[in-house]
Amino acid sequence: MSGTFLGTPAFPAAARAALEDSQLRRNLAHATSTIRTKRGNVVGEVDDWEQLRLAGEAIKNRVLRHLPDYLEQLERSLTAAGATVHWARDAAEANAVVVDIARRHGTDEVVKVKSMATQEIDLNSALEAAGIHAWETDLAELIVQLGDDLPSHILVPAIHRNRAEIREIFLREMGRAGRAAPADLTDEPARLAAAAREHLREKFLRAKVAVSGANFAVAETGTLTVVESEGNGRMCLTLPEVLVSVVGIEKVLPTFQDLDVMLQLLPRSSTGERMNPYTSTWTGVTPGDGPQEVHVVLLDNGRTDVLADPTGRQALRCIRCSACLNVCPVYERTGGHAYGSVYPGPIGAILTPQLRGVGTDPQTDSLPYASSLCGACFEVCPVRIDIPEVLVHLRAEVVDAHRKASRVPSVQDVAMKAASWTLSSAARTGAAERVAGIGGKLAGRLGRTAPGGRSILGAVPGPASAWSDSRDVPVPAAESFREWWTRTDGGRSRSDNTDGGRSRSDNTDGGRRNGDGA
Amino acid sequence: MSAREVILAKARRALTDVPDVEPVLDVEVVRPVPDRSLPHAQVVDLFDERVADYRAVVERADPGTAALRVAGALAGRSPLAGSGPLRILVPPGFPAGLVPDDVEVVPDGPDVAVSELDRCDGVLSTAAVGIAETGTIILDHGPGQGRRAATLVPDLHVCVIRADQVVAGVPEAVAALDPARPHTWISGPSATSDIELDRVEGVHGPRTLHVVIVS
Ligand code: SF4
Repeated sequence: MSGTFLGTPAFPAAARAALEDSQLRRNLAHATSTIRTKRGNVVGEVDDWEQLRLAGEAIKNRVLRHLPDYLEQLERSLTAAGATVHWARDAAEANAVVVDIARRHGTDEVVKVKSMATQEIDLNSALEAAGIHAWETDLAELIVQLGDDLPSHILVPAIHRNRAEIREIFLREMGRAGRAAPADLTDEPARLAAAAREHLREKFLRAKVAVSGANFAVAETGTLTVVESEGNGRMCLTLPEVLVSVVGIEKVLPTFQDLDVMLQLLPRSSTGERMNPYTSTWTGVTPGDGPQEVHVVLLDNGRTDVLADPTGRQALRCIRCSACLNVCPVYERTGGHAYGSVYPGPIGAILTPQLRGVGTDPQTDSLPYASSLCGACFEVCPVRIDIPEVLVHLRAEVVDAHRKASRVPSVQDVAMKAASWTLSSAARTGAAERVAGIGGKLAGRLGRTAPGGRSILGAVPGPASAWSDSRDVPVPAAESFREWWTRTDGGRSRSDNTDGGRSRSDNTDGGRRNGDGA
Repeated sequence: MSAREVILAKARRALTDVPDVEPVLDVEVVRPVPDRSLPHAQVVDLFDERVADYRAVVERADPGTAALRVAGALAGRSPLAGSGPLRILVPPGFPAGLVPDDVEVVPDGPDVAVSELDRCDGVLSTAAVGIAETGTIILDHGPGQGRRAATLVPDLHVCVIRADQVVAGVPEAVAALDPARPHTWISGPSATSDIELDRVEGVHGPRTLHVVIVS
C-alpha cells in the first residue's frame, strides 16, 4: 500500500507539474513561511547559536572522520546493554533482518515510528511482500499511507493534503486497515486527530513488534534517541515486546554529552520549538520496562560511498531537521514529490545523488540542478552543511559521468564547444552577433514583457530549448555593440537615435556617456 | 566477508584522506559556555513560564500546599468508567501524602497490562530534572516516576517536581542524567501540527499535562 518514488520524472518535468497545482503551492507557502518564522524566533533566543552550530558541525565531523572506530564502539556498547546488533550493506539486507525478526515472533503486523531510513529502504513494501502489515503511526505518515501516497516534506509529510482530503481518506480507508473512522467525522483537525488516535490505539495495544529509526546513536553508551511530538513514538518504543531500530551509520555521536548540543539544535531548527514535546532515549534493554528484546540494524546503503567523497561527505552530518526545505525558494514552489526521493529539498538534492550514484539515472542526475544556489540552506543548517558547495561539486560529477559514459556529446557540450569556437575569433563573434541582432528585432515583436519591463523570449525552439525551458531568455539586442561602435564612431556621432529598441537605447546611452568622456 | 566487515572496510577505504595518526578526538568541539548568572529563583520562574508556553498547566506550591494542588488537578474530571471515583495510576515511590484520598489508586508495576493502563483516568509522577530554558521535564523512570508506559497511556499526567531539580539549560540536564537509564523528555502535552499546521493537542500521549513545582 505504500508508494515508491521509482519512475518519478526528472526534476524539471516533475516541478512543472507541481507548479500547476495551486493548492499544493498555497499549502507549501503557508507551511514553509509559518515554520520559518517560528524557527527564526526561537533561534533568536539563543545567544550563542552560531557557537552551537559550530559545535554540532565539529561533533559530526569527528564521527565521520573516524566512523569505523565509532561504529565498533557503538556495537560494543549496544551489545553490553543487551541489544542485538545487525549490519546491513543495502536495503535488501536491512529489510531481510526486519522481516526475519517479525517472522520469528510469528506476527503479521508491526507498528512503525516515522523514520527516514525505513522509507529509504522501502521497508513497508518488503514487509508487505512477506505478508506482514506495517502500520505507520505518525499522523502525517498515516495520512500518506492510507492515501496510498508519498511523503512530501521531512517534517510534515502530508503537508500537500488539506483537511477535506484527509477526512475523505480517513472515511474511505481506515475501516480497511483496522478501526473505521466515525461516520460523522468532520474535517476539524481535532476530530481528525481523535479518529487517528482511536484507529491507532487498538494497534498499539496489541502490537508485538515495533520498528523505529533513531535520531542519534551514542557510541560511548549505546544510547538511542527518538525525537517526536505526538507520543506515537513513545507508544512504539515502549509497549511492544520487541523493538527493531534501523539506524543509518552516520547517526552516531561520540559521547552522551554530545546529545546536549544536538538536542538544542534539532528542535529549534526543525519545528521551531524550544523543545519538541517528547524525546525518548533508551540504552539496550531495561528489565521490567519496555521491550525486552531490542535490535539495532546499522545501515550502510550508499553511505560509505558518500563518505569516500571529501567534499560530499558533509551531507552525512545532516540531522534531518528540514530547515533547509523551509527556506528553499525552489522547494517552496515545487514541493517534495518533484525530487523523486524520500529526501526532498536542498538536502535531497545533494544526498540522493550521492547515495544512488550519478551517471545512471536522469532523474537522479537532475537533482543537483534543482537549486538556485542562493545559499539560504547553508545559513539555516544547524550543522553547517555547505549545500551550495556540494551542489556545484555534484554538477561537475554529473557532467563528468556523462562525458565518460558516452562519446555522443550532450546538447550542453555542443553549445559550449560552439561558443568557444565563435568567441575565439573576432570575425566570427561579429557575425554571430549580427545574426542574433536580426533575431532580436524579430523577437522584439514575438517576445513578451517580464515583470520589471524586460523583454523576454518564450521558449526557444531547437536544441537551446533545454536551456530556455527553465529560464526567461532576454531578447538579444537589435544591434550589436560592435555594430553600434562602428556606425557611431564609438558614440561620437549622434546619428544613432533612429531605432526605438529598448535594449539598443540602453546601449546607446551608456556608449554616449563613455564617448563624451573620452 | 560478513556485511559488518564489508561496511567497516568500505568506511576505512573511504577515509584515506584522514591521516592514520590522527587521534580520534582530533576535531576539536568547542561547546558554548552559556551565561549562568541568573539566580536560581529566577531560573525556576523561567521554567514556570516556559512550561506554560506549551499550554501545560503549571502551579507553584510549598510542601504544605502540594497535596492540595495535586487534588485540584484531578478535581472536576469525569471518570472513564462513567461513575465512581477516578482511577489513578500511582508509581511506587510516589510520595503517599500527595495522593488524594477520594481516588482509586492503581499501583504501577511490570505486571500492569497496557489495557489496564488504558482504563486509568490519570497518572501521578515525580521527575528527575527540569530544564528552564526549554520548559522540559525529564523522567528517568526511577522511584515515583513509573515505567515509561505509565506516563504515556492515561490521558492526564500530573507531575510533581521540586524546584531544586530545575536547571537552567539542556547541557546541565544532560550532565545530570545517567545514560544507562531510559529517559523521557516531556515538553508540554502530546501535540501534532500535521493537519494544515493547526496545532492539536493529545494524539497519543496525555492530552493534559499538569506540572506542580514545589519549593
Ligand atoms: S541539511 Fe541541514 S538544514 Fe537540511 S535537513 Fe539536514 S541538518 Fe537540516
